[in-house]
Amino acid sequence: MKSALRLAACLLTLATMPAFAAWDLPQLMTELARNQGGKALFTERKYIALLDKPVVSSGEMRYVAPDYLEKRTLTPRLELMVLDKDEISLERGKQKITLRLREQPEVLAFVASIRGTLSGNRAALEQNYALHLSGQRDNWTLNLSPSNPRIAELVTRITISGSRQQVRSIEYLQADGDRSVMSIDPVDAR
Amino acid sequence: MKRLRALPVLLWLLGLALCASVALRAHYTADMSAFLPRSPTPAQQLLVDQLTEGVLSRLLLVGIEGSTPAARAELSRGLAKRLEDGGLFLSVRNGDAATLARDRELLFTHRYLLSPSVRPERFTPEGLHAAIGESINLLASPMGMMLKGLLGRDPTGELVELIGSLDTSGSPASENGVWVSRDGQRAILMLQTRASGSDTDAQALAIARIRSEFAALSSDAKLSDARMLVSGAAVFAVNSRAAIESEAVRLSTLGTTAVILLLLLIYRSFTAVFLGLLPVASGALAGIAAVALGFGNVHGLTIGFGTTLIGEAVDYSIYYFVQSDDDEDGGWMKRFWPTIRLGVLTSIFGFASLLFSGFPGLAQLGLYSIAGLITAAMVTRFVLPHLRPARLRIHDIAPIGRALAGFWAWLSRLRLVVPVLGLAAAFILFANKDHVWSASLSGLSPVSAADQALDQSLRADLGAPNLRYLVVLKAANREAALERAESVGERLKALVADGVLSGFESPARFLPSTATQQARRNALPERDTLARNLQTALADLPLRADRLNAFLDDVDTARSQPLLTPETLRGSTLALAVDSLLLERPQGWTVLIPLRTPEGDAPFQSARVEAALSGSDALFVDIFGESNNLYRTYLDEAILLSLAGILAIIVLMGVVLREPMRLLRVMVPVVTAELIVMAGLVATGHTLTLLHLVGMLLIVAVGTNYALFFNQADRNPGDDPRTLASLLLANLATVIGFGILAFSPVPVLQAIGITVGPGAVLTLVLSAMLARRISR
Repeated sequence: MKSALRLAACLLTLATMPAFAAWDLPQLMTELARNQGGKALFTERKYIALLDKPVVSSGEMRYVAPDYLEKRTLTPRLELMVLDKDEISLERGKQKITLRLREQPEVLAFVASIRGTLSGNRAALEQNYALHLSGQRDNWTLNLSPSNPRIAELVTRITISGSRQQVRSIEYLQADGDRSVMSIDPVDAR
Repeated sequence: MKRLRALPVLLWLLGLALCASVALRAHYTADMSAFLPRSPTPAQQLLVDQLTEGVLSRLLLVGIEGSTPAARAELSRGLAKRLEDGGLFLSVRNGDAATLARDRELLFTHRYLLSPSVRPERFTPEGLHAAIGESINLLASPMGMMLKGLLGRDPTGELVELIGSLDTSGSPASENGVWVSRDGQRAILMLQTRASGSDTDAQALAIARIRSEFAALSSDAKLSDARMLVSGAAVFAVNSRAAIESEAVRLSTLGTTAVILLLLLIYRSFTAVFLGLLPVASGALAGIAAVALGFGNVHGLTIGFGTTLIGEAVDYSIYYFVQSDDDEDGGWMKRFWPTIRLGVLTSIFGFASLLFSGFPGLAQLGLYSIAGLITAAMVTRFVLPHLRPARLRIHDIAPIGRALAGFWAWLSRLRLVVPVLGLAAAFILFANKDHVWSASLSGLSPVSAADQALDQSLRADLGAPNLRYLVVLKAANREAALERAESVGERLKALVADGVLSGFESPARFLPSTATQQARRNALPERDTLARNLQTALADLPLRADRLNAFLDDVDTARSQPLLTPETLRGSTLALAVDSLLLERPQGWTVLIPLRTPEGDAPFQSARVEAALSGSDALFVDIFGESNNLYRTYLDEAILLSLAGILAIIVLMGVVLREPMRLLRVMVPVVTAELIVMAGLVATGHTLTLLHLVGMLLIVAVGTNYALFFNQADRNPGDDPRTLASLLLANLATVIGFGILAFSPVPVLQAIGITVGPGAVLTLVLSAMLARRISR
């Protein structure tokens, strides 16, 4: 779920950012809404208090507007996570887990943040998060702070930063202090 | 002399009293057991167990609809809480988070006894390195993130092993903390009754309890817009029993009233009507008593069938009153009794074939009819003449007969139509020969289509298991059963690896055998050894040994942990999983291992499963195939028996009538009527079931009576308006008795009615057409 959230943010990179003098949230959202999808490579580092070194994973991801997301982890283990409309499924080895989003409001809130970002749906994002955009077009940062207390129990802050039309990293700060950073390289940004 | 005359009446009264006392003490049932085999194969026995005692027979599904999602969730929680008390239910599940947390806690506490990965090599430096490395890799996945908090206590990931081997994709959806249907419009509960499925009274009590608790809850909460649906095998049993009981009463009442009205209209004498019904009533009572004595219980359907007896047995008294009117004492006996006697005998021969059926339901019908008909005939012959007041006069119906004589003459000019109709019917049957007979048991089920649809939708909501393919084991005791389940599990794992199966359930998953649990416990190293091995294992992993003290503590505790017993699991969902798959039977323990088949259209490779099981004396069962096999066996058997019955009737009449031509004249109308009825049913889209077959046997039994009257050796009924009228009257009574059944919503009764009603009329008309006219 949390990865999916990060994934959502990474797909921001797929949006092309026109050169506007004043860089603000409505403009970012408008650009995102035009995004029809694409592919990217990712590397993710998870910093977990119990471990001396971060856990590193990498793979590729794909987005098809407005509600299909696929994250394919290639190392250290093959894993496929798919968010398709109302369902998230996770396949690892012979195991396959499917979750229906309606089941848990928390999960739904995460997904709403992914979808909201991908489709540039500011209203959906603001249902659960306070948004803060800073920096310039060359170096911008979008902060999502949970306003829903049930999400705040799990995640303190989601930080998406980018340069021009590229998201370069998504930082994900968990409530227990653990942290993950995902860097993204688009394969064929359209 | 007077004393002697009173003897039959005294005997009759005595017999009635005896029958009544037997019938009053008889045990009445209405479950499906009458439709299950008497001497089943092992696979059939399993099916029977499942239908009567098994988990499925105890499972009740409850849906709560209407109102708001939050209100439904509240009702679901309230209902679950109320139903847990009172002891009627073994388990009440609505998917609430507390239950799930309890299950998980139980799994976690006993993970070293339950996890199949717990072996000595798992705790060597290499084994630990591999297992912990895998757990760390898992942290990269969102799935691993859910288990992050457990790493310190369970670094080798035993809980993941346990949960990972569970099938989670089929589990129900949940919302507001309780199970809901896929579309979210219903809250769902799954209940298991304490009473077995065959105990319909206790099931009725449990269902009534659910309804009353829900009614109380929703009125307390002022939620009048919420509705509750209950389904499950027990609901079917209770509903169909209620339906059959009320139908039996309703149809008997209707049929009796209609026949009484008809007789009143014709006889214009209350005394005659009353006397005319005595043979019927005596027959019904004797039939019930005979079934109670012969089978130990009486099925509700058998009683429902009583109405049909009204239709046939009333004929005897009709013949007696109408034909003997104005007769000299004894004249009727000489002239008509032999014909009636032959008619009764043919009926008995027909029904006798049902007695040999492996289907207790049919055998009961056979015995009931035989006892009933013999009694009715005997009462007509020996008792009625004594009870009949000397000055009893019924309304003269000779004018009706005279009017009919003309019609009959006209009918017999159309005799060539008979073979044409017969051939046309045969052609229709031949053209549809592949779908004349219904291929499944469902045609016999007294469950309405609406009830079945509701059950399907609730089951789909729950992702209730598809129990089509099972492996079944038997063992002398629980330990042996679990050990065998484990060894079969090893064989099945190979099939899972090959993709033949996508998985399987086993009671040994949550309750491993003592031997297995001991082996796992012995595999756990001492604290010092484990600490040393851990030190080596973690050398190149990003996890330091001093963070895993909780792990050392847990393993240490597990080394002296008591083994899991059924008592440990009690009250959890895991106990339900074990109990439903591990059954104690009087003859030993039975293990059920449901198989999950891979998704997709590829045919299931049952031969691979059978090959994998060979030499283990575990039995592979395809429930669906087995129940259809069972039905087909019944149908084949019933067809054979019916043919044997018809053959016996032909032989009997051949012996009595002596003339092949007369025999032909009697049989042709009956056989033609059968063909036309069958063709008519098939052409109107019915598929025939066992009960249609019973109906056809009844057509032979009833129809031969008419045909015999039309073919008496020395006179023909056209010359005797009274005989003709009595035949019409008897026929009307029969059609009323059976015709009413045709409108019953109970499929079993409807099938008989829709067959015999038209069949009786057709036989009479066809007999009239073909009767030889004796010229004088």
